[in-house]
Amino acid sequence: MSGNGAMRVFVGIDLGSTTTKAIVLDEAGKVLGRGITNSRSDYDVACNVAREEAFIQTRLTLVRDALSSDAGVRERGAEFLPTLERSFRLQQHLGQLERLREAIHRETAVPRHFARRKELGGVVDRIVDGMVERAPRLYAPGAARKSDFFRDLAGAEYMELAAEMCDPLGITFEMLCGVYDAAILGVENTTTDSFFERHIGDALESALDEAGPSLHEAREALRGAVETARSVGLDETATVGTGYGRQRLPFPKEQIRSEILCHGLGAHAMFEKTATVLDIGGQDTKAIQVDRDGIVTSFQMNDRCAAGCGRYLGYIADEMNLGLHELGPLAQQATSRVKISSTCTVFAGAELRDRLSMGQRREDILAGLHRSIMLRAMSLLARSGGVQTEFTFTGGVAKNPAAVDALRELVQENYGISEMNISPDSIYTGALGAALFAIRGEPAEDAA
Amino acid sequence: MELQKEMIAEHYEALARAPREGRKTAYTFVPGNLTELIRMFDILPVLPEINALQSGMRRLSGDYIAEAEKHGHSEDVCTYVKCDIGMLKKGNIGPTGTRLPEPDLLLLSYTGCFTFMKWFELLRQEYDCPVAMLHVPYQADGIIHDHHRDYVVEQLRSEIIPKLEQVSGRKYDEDLLKARLEESARSEDDLVHVLESAKNVPSPIDSYFGGVYYIGPIFSAFRGTPEGSEYYRALRAEVDARVKAGLGPVTPDGTMKEERYRLVVEGPPNWTSFREFWKMFYDEGAVVVASSYTKVGGLYDRGFRHDPSRPLETLADYCMGCYTNLGLPSRVDLLESYMREYKADGFVINSVKSCNSFSAGQLLMLRQLEERTGLPGGFIESDLVDPRYFSAANIKNRLESYFQMLDQKRSA
Repeated sequence: MSGNGAMRVFVGIDLGSTTTKAIVLDEAGKVLGRGITNSRSDYDVACNVAREEAFIQTRLTLVRDALSSDAGVRERGAEFLPTLERSFRLQQHLGQLERLREAIHRETAVPRHFARRKELGGVVDRIVDGMVERAPRLYAPGAARKSDFFRDLAGAEYMELAAEMCDPLGITFEMLCGVYDAAILGVENTTTDSFFERHIGDALESALDEAGPSLHEAREALRGAVETARSVGLDETATVGTGYGRQRLPFPKEQIRSEILCHGLGAHAMFEKTATVLDIGGQDTKAIQVDRDGIVTSFQMNDRCAAGCGRYLGYIADEMNLGLHELGPLAQQATSRVKISSTCTVFAGAELRDRLSMGQRREDILAGLHRSIMLRAMSLLARSGGVQTEFTFTGGVAKNPAAVDALRELVQENYGISEMNISPDSIYTGALGAALFAIRGEPAEDAA
Repeated sequence: MELQKEMIAEHYEALARAPREGRKTAYTFVPGNLTELIRMFDILPVLPEINALQSGMRRLSGDYIAEAEKHGHSEDVCTYVKCDIGMLKKGNIGPTGTRLPEPDLLLLSYTGCFTFMKWFELLRQEYDCPVAMLHVPYQADGIIHDHHRDYVVEQLRSEIIPKLEQVSGRKYDEDLLKARLEESARSEDDLVHVLESAKNVPSPIDSYFGGVYYIGPIFSAFRGTPEGSEYYRALRAEVDARVKAGLGPVTPDGTMKEERYRLVVEGPPNWTSFREFWKMFYDEGAVVVASSYTKVGGLYDRGFRHDPSRPLETLADYCMGCYTNLGLPSRVDLLESYMREYKADGFVINSVKSCNSFSAGQLLMLRQLEERTGLPGGFIESDLVDPRYFSAANIKNRLESYFQMLDQKRSA
C-alpha cells in the first residue's frame, strides 16, 4: 500500500503491430490483470483500451482475493465468481451495444440517407434490439465466444440480423453494412472511464438473482467483498511501454524499453530456466538468448521484410476465408506436406492460389506453410546462437498448434531438444517484461 | 569537414574540365588504389565507389539503381555497381552536377572484391579504352610473403606502368613517384594520430560516421598530394584541440554531450540515410571509437606507411594490406584488438545487403568476437546506396535494444 492507503500497481504495455497488450502487476510481481485489443492505426487509443481492460481484470482479481480471504464465503465465492464475471461482461457488452446504436444513428443522419433516414433508423433499431436480446446467450455458462473483441462479436451478429431484415428494394444490406462500418470504429475507440466501478453493482445484483436462493445467506458477504474490491485505490506507481509502437506511447523515454529486452525478461518470469526465446509476432520474429537472470545476451531479428511472421498467416487466413485461429487445426489434418518456396507476405495469396490450382489440398498446403515459416525462424535462431534448454516460444503465433508442431519438429531435428515452454498467456510476454521493468525501476516503498 | 567538402568538389570540377584541358583520367577503386603512381603520370583518378556513395548521400542513387535495373541488372547486384551504371546511362553527370569524363584507362587493382572485376567488365563494354588489371593476392593467412610482393611488383613493371605510359604519353619517373610517396607518409602519420585520438575518454572523434569524412581525401584522389597533406595537418591540429578541451565528437547537431557507449563498428555505413543512421547513435550517446570501414583504403594504424625508399614494393604492400584483402581470421584479430585498445563497450555489425565481400562471414565474426572479448555484439542490416533497403524503424529498434542490452549488462 502506498502512503494514501492505495495499492501500488505496475503497468506494462506492449504496443504490437497487430494487438496491444497491457498487464497490471502488484508490488510482488503477481499478475492482477491483463488486457488486449487490436492496435488499429491509433496507438494512443489502443493503449488506453488495453490498459482499461487490464484494470477491469485487476478489479475482478481483487474481488476474487477478497472472497478467498473471507473464510465464511470462500467456497461459495469461488463458485459464484464465474457467474459474477459473466454477468459483468454481459453488462459491458450491453453498454457497448447501446453506444453502437447511438453511433449508427448518427451515421444515418448523413445527407446520403436523407430520404430514408427514418426507415433506416427503424431497421437499425430492430437489429440492435435483436443483438441485445441475443447478448445473454453469448455470456451464458459454457458459451464459446469466437473472439474476445467486441468488434468481432458484434459484427457477426449485426451482419446476420441485417441479412435477415434487409430489403433489396428498400433498406438494402449494403446500406446497413455501410452505416455499421462507419460507426464501429468510433465505438471501439471510445474508452469508458471507471466502467467497473459504475457497473459492477448491477452485475452483482443480477448475478445474485441468477445464482438463486442457494446463495441467500452469503449475499451480504459477497456484496462486501465486491465493495472492497471496488473501492480500493489503485496507485499506478510506474508504467513501462514496449513494442513496435512504443515511441508513440505518451510517456518519457526512460519508461520505454525495447521489446527484445521485455520478451527476454517476460519469458524468464514465465519459465525461470529459459535460455532461448523465440517470439513470432505480427511483423517481427525475434530470436533471443538470455542469461539466468533474464538479461538478454544476444538477439537476432528479421529484417524489414515480414515474411513468415504472424501477418503472413493473417493474409493466408483471409485468402482462405478462414479465421486466424482455424488455420492451425486445419493444417494439422494434413496427410502430406506441400513444399512451399516463398513465405513472402506480399506473394502469399499468389503462392496459395498456385498451389490450389495445381489441385493440392488446403490442409497439405497449410502444413507446408507452417513448416516454411518455422524454417525461417530456425535460421534466426541459429544466427542468434542456437537453441539451448530451456526453450520458450512466445508471441501470437505460439497459439497456433500447427506452428508449434512444426517448430518442435525442427528444434528436435536440429538441436535434439524436444521440450518447449509455451504459456497460455504467451501473447502477454512483452507486456509482462515491461511491467517487471516498471517494478525494477521504482524503489521499493520502504526505501522510498 | 568543410575543407574536405571543398577538396572533393574541386576534384569533381577538375574532372569536368579534364577533356577540355586534355588531361587524362583513369577509373580505379579505393582499396588498393595507386594514386601516387597514377598522378605521377598526371592522370586524374575517378573512383566509381566514391561517385556512388556521393550519389547516395545526395539522394540520387535510387533513380540510378532503377535505371540500371531497367537495363537488366538484377535486384541482387551490388548497388554501387548499379548506381554507377545507372548514372552512366543517364548521362554520367557526377554527384556535384558536373559531367564526368570518359576514362582513358580502366585500372583495376583487384583487392579482395570479386565484384570489382565484374564491374569493370561492364565498364569495358561501355568505353573503348585500354584496361589494366593488377592482381593482388588475397591475404588468407594475414602474412605478406616475399613471393606475393614480387608477383605484384612484377605486374606493376610489366603491365601497369607500360599502360600508364601508353595512355599518358609520359615516361615513368621514379623520383617523382618517391616525392609523392613521401607526401603520402606524412598524411598517413597525421591520419593515424587522428584515428588513435579516439582512445581518449571521451573520444574527440567518431571514427565511423565522422571517420568517413576524415578518410575521404586520403582514400580518394588526394593521397600523395600537397592538398592532402595540408588537410591532415589541419585535421590533426583540430582534433588535438578537442582533446585538450575535453570535447566529444562533432555531429550534425553539434558536439556530442555525453559519451555513454564506446563501440567498434564493422561494415560500411548506409549512405542514403547517412545522417538519420548517425543520429540513431549520437542521440543515445554512442560513439564509434574504431571501425573497419575506415581501413578499406589502408591499414595505416597497424604500422604501414608508404616508403619512398622502395617505391614499387611499398605500393605492393599497401595493396595487399587493405582490409578488404584480409581473410576472416585477420579481420577478427583486428576487431578484437580495437575493442581492447579503444576500451570499447561492445561492437555493432552493419551487414550490407549488396556487399558480399564485407557481409560474408560476419555472423561468424560476431560469435568469435563475443567469445573472445565477452562483450556483446549487435547486428543490423541495411544497404550501401539502395534506399529501399534502409528501414529506419527496424534499425532503430535493433540499435535501441542493443544499447539497452549494454545498460542491462552494466547494471547486472
